Order: sequence, then structure tokens, then C-alpha cells
Amino acid sequence: MGRDLLRRLWPLIALVVIVLAVALVFSFAPAVPQRRATQALINLIAVVGLYVFVGNSGVLSFGNVAFMAVGAYVSALLTMKAAAKSVFLPDLPSFIAAAEWPNLPGAMAGGVAAALLALVVGWPLMRLSGISASIATFAVLVVTYVVLGNWTTVTGGQNSLMGLPIYAGLWTAATWAVAAIAIAFAYQETRSALLLRASREDEAAAAASGVHMVRHRLIAFVISGFLSGIAGVLLAHFLGTVRVETFYLDLTFLIVAMLVIGGMGSLSGAVAGALVIAALTELLRQAEVGVDVGGVTLAAPAGLGDAILALIMLLIILFRPKGIAGGREISWPFGRHE
Amino acid sequence: MDRIVQTIVDAVSVGGLYALTALGIGLIFGVMRLINFAHGELIMATGYTLLALFGLPLPLVLFGGLAIAVLLALATERVAFRPLRGADPATLLISSFALSFFLQKTLILFVDSRPKGIDFLPELGRQIEIAGIRLQALQLVIILVSGVLLVGLTWFLRATRFGLQMRAAAEDFRMARVLGVRANRVIATAFAISGLLAAAVSCLVVAQTGIVQPRMGLQLVIIAFVGTVIGGLGSLTGAAIGGFLVGLATILLQALLPPDLRVFREAFVFVAVVLVLLFRPQGLFPARGLKERI
Repeated sequence: MGRDLLRRLWPLIALVVIVLAVALVFSFAPAVPQRRATQALINLIAVVGLYVFVGNSGVLSFGNVAFMAVGAYVSALLTMKAAAKSVFLPDLPSFIAAAEWPNLPGAMAGGVAAALLALVVGWPLMRLSGISASIATFAVLVVTYVVLGNWTTVTGGQNSLMGLPIYAGLWTAATWAVAAIAIAFAYQETRSALLLRASREDEAAAAASGVHMVRHRLIAFVISGFLSGIAGVLLAHFLGTVRVETFYLDLTFLIVAMLVIGGMGSLSGAVAGALVIAALTELLRQAEVGVDVGGVTLAAPAGLGDAILALIMLLIILFRPKGIAGGREISWPFGRHE
Repeated sequence: MDRIVQTIVDAVSVGGLYALTALGIGLIFGVMRLINFAHGELIMATGYTLLALFGLPLPLVLFGGLAIAVLLALATERVAFRPLRGADPATLLISSFALSFFLQKTLILFVDSRPKGIDFLPELGRQIEIAGIRLQALQLVIILVSGVLLVGLTWFLRATRFGLQMRAAAEDFRMARVLGVRANRVIATAFAISGLLAAAVSCLVVAQTGIVQPRMGLQLVIIAFVGTVIGGLGSLTGAAIGGFLVGLATILLQALLPPDLRVFREAFVFVAVVLVLLFRPQGLFPARGLKERI
């Protein structure tokens, strides 16, 4: 009995241990590698957030970075010092201008705002299927980008918001990463997620069996929006500034690439993709800096990392479309399931 | 009166550019259910070729730009899309997304990402006067080129054997193959034509803006997506009209919206896409044979 439960929870336990191990190793590292690890964990949260919707529904979403942006801006506006806001954003509505929320409520507000946006846009959009749904989520990304980039009185438009409290360190990111993995795992074990995956495999057959696909998709989309929003919040409070450019195509590409490379079909895939790509990006960054060989610096050209990441994604989709994890979770290593 | 005519000319010329781009995307979607993000990089490739060859005699420059786009289109089809033929549309979408970024990032690797100025076809920037109204020569050229290409493509699709095969393939690919249409040839031709359209768009855009940059194609393609979706994915007429409508809407919103709402005009256009998808998921001009059978 206990063994069965352990077996069932094994993917969750294994992933949490991996994340905590990464955090523990890097907590002894110097400041720069530690920052990189923090950023990797924040990306991991974003990938897990994207996975909750994409993995369970089978619909590719280009819109999750919009939820990250909303989370980032909401948390930034609520937690910035009122004095700083009066300098950068003199025309803010007074209740936002006066707000100086503590960090955690600010982060929760960011996540909830993103989830609300997901609920509002998902309500009509989840009826769409396949490629139409993907394009619609792309439209959500563009609309959010345009609105945030031009709503000067509230977001500062093209200017950066500066002077955010910088609290997203290694352990904050690791804690949220564990929470995100736990939420994603708990969700995918529910009946609703199971029904959603049935509709992913065969929409018509699921509908014929009485699965209310739209409702289950919407649930997944809202949870996905919340986690993406949290990832955006952490990114903002990791960088200390919020710029609308941060939350557009390049970040979308990075997050989607991580999920595709790791494997869209499983939570283990999402985590694997985020960590593998983070490690690889770091390696290529070192290559761009260069190594000294007998007084001569051999360096790869700047921008090589991005090109190689795109190439890997292309190769994965061509030769191993289910990604590194192949759609499976990390399985119980001790003996076969009888 | 002047302003009205000017606005109409603006709208028609911008609409023409978007129609050509949307048509390039719609053509590929028709034959292989692929939304080709990488179409933008064909436009980008032509732009940078124009920059590289700038100074050579004009016909040579134009030919170079055209050849690059067509060759790149054929190469991408062979390398990235042919192995995936028959895969589900989501996989194809990811593949083209990855390809688009790969081409863009590779370009940035070799030339940096800063926009570069190029004084391409400066003589088209002149104003000319027709019936007392001053218009930019370039806009008339854009309208002319778009018109000629649209008519030419329509003729090709309606009146030639190859065009017939292509339309048949767009409508029901499997049936067309059963009846003897050569799949590889039809798809390769579609890619070649989309390369040609991308090259034409690129030349016109570069002449208009005087700038090449890595993102130049992606920006156009994102708007053209909207066009293909509004028009109806899989329908070529739909793509052309949809693209045209989006251009028209952009300019009209620019002219009619109060100034403080003008910056949001793209948001309005994308909201329109969502509305069309919701109320007419097949677009304004639904394609036949697109509905999935069970």
C-alpha cells in the first residue's frame, strides 16, 4: 500500500530532489554561477507553467509569456516604493501609486492577475482546436505586448520600470520551483487532467464519451496562467527592472524550445528541458567568452548560443519529436510494476 | 479630398504588401497544412542580399534577391518540412517556429542585429503629381506590383496544369496523389512561389523603409498570419483578401482613431483575429476539404 503510493508519487519526489540538489550545489558557488542557476530555476517555473496547459491539452500555446508579463507588471507596481513610482509614473491611479505591498502578497497578486487574464481570454478561446488555438494564443501575446508597451500612464510604456525590490535569489526561486512542480503534478493526477489528456489523444472519441473538453482545458489554462505569472514575478524581482521587450518573442522562443526539447508530454520532460538547456546555454556562453590556449583566446562568435539552441530544437522535432523524456515520467527504479 | 485620396492610396499599397505576404503563407498552408513562420526569414534573406549586392547593376541585384529567397524556400522545404510530411500540424508549426529562429539567429551570428540603412531605389521616393494630387511613386509601384503578382498567380492557378494540380493538392492532398499528382513537385513549386512572393515583398519594403534588420520579415509575417486566418486558412482567395483587409484596417485605424488610441491599433487588429476565429472559425472564405473527417 505504502509502496504503491510511493511508486505513484515517485516522479514528484525525484523532480523535487533534483531541483533541491541543483539549488544546494549552487548555494556554495560564487555569485555569478549562482545568479545563472537562479535564472535557470525561474525559467524552469515558466516551462512547468507552459507544460501544465500544453502537455495535458496537446495545444501549443504561444501566449504564456503574456501571463509572465502581466505577473511581472502587477507585482512590480504593487511592491515598488511609492517615491519611486511618483518619479517614473506620475499619472498612476492613486491606489496603485500608494501601494507598498510586501513581497509575497505582491507575488501572489501577480500570479492571480495572470490567472484571471487566462480565465478571461481562455473562456472564449478554449473552444478552438489545434492550429487555430495556437494562433489565437499568439494573438494574446501580441495584444498584451502592444497594450503593455503603450499604456504609458500605468506601465511606463517602452521605458523600464526600475527600483523593484530584488528578492528572487536562489532559494526563493528553488522554493517556487518545487511549488510549481508540486502544483503541476497534483493537477495532472486529477480526474480533470486525465479527461483532458483523453481529449488530447482523440478529441472526437473523448467528446463522444462525455468529456467536456472546453471546461477541462480552461482549468488547465488558468493553472498554467498562474504558474507563468509567478515565473514572470520572479523574473522581474530577479532582474530588478521590468521592460516590455523582455516578455516577447525571444522569451517565448526560449520557453517553448525548452519544453519541446525536453518533451511536451510529461512533467519530467518539462523539467529536463529547462535544466538541460540551461546547462547548455551556460556552456555556450563560456565558449563565447573564450578559453585561453597558450596566450591566444579562442572564442566562439557572439550569438552562437541562440543559433545552436534553435538548431537543437529543429533536430529534436525532426528526429525525436517526443523530446528527451519521450512523453514518460521518471519511473520507479526498484523492480517492475506487477 | 487630398487626404482622402492619400489615405486610400496608403491603404491599398499597405494592403497589397500584406496580401502578397499572406498569399505566400496561405499557399504553403494549402498544400501541407503548415503555418510557415520561416516565411519571414525568406523576406529577411532577400533584404540582406539586396544590401550585400548593393552597387551592382539593378537587374543583377534584383535577380540575386529573388534567387536567394527561392533557393532558401526550397532548401527549408527539403530539410525541415519534407521529413515531417504527414505529421500533425502542431509538429509542423513547431518545426517552422524553430527554423525561423534558427535562420534569424544564424544571420545575427554573421552580421550583427543592428538595423542597417540602404538607399535602395531612391528614385521611387519622389513625389509625382496625378490630376493635381501628389503621390509617392513608390506607393503606385507597390500597388502595381501587387496587382500584377496577384493576377499572375491567379492565372497560374486557374489556367495552367500545374496550377490545377496545386489547387487539387490544396483541397485533398491524398486524393490528388492517388490521381497522379506528384506530391514532391507540387510542394516544391508552392515553396518556390512563396519564395518569389517573399522576394517581391522584401524589395518593396526595403525600398519603402530604407532599412534591413533581422526582425524585418517576422514583423510582416505576424501581421500576414492575421490575414490568412481572417480570410480562412487553406483558401488562397481568402488569404489574399484577408491580408488586404488587415492592411486596410491598419491604415484606417491609424487615420480614424483618436491620437491616444492610435498606438494600440495592432491590438485592435489582433482582437479582430480572435473574434473571427470565434465566430467564423473557418475564416471569411472557408476552404473546402479542411474539415477533419473522423
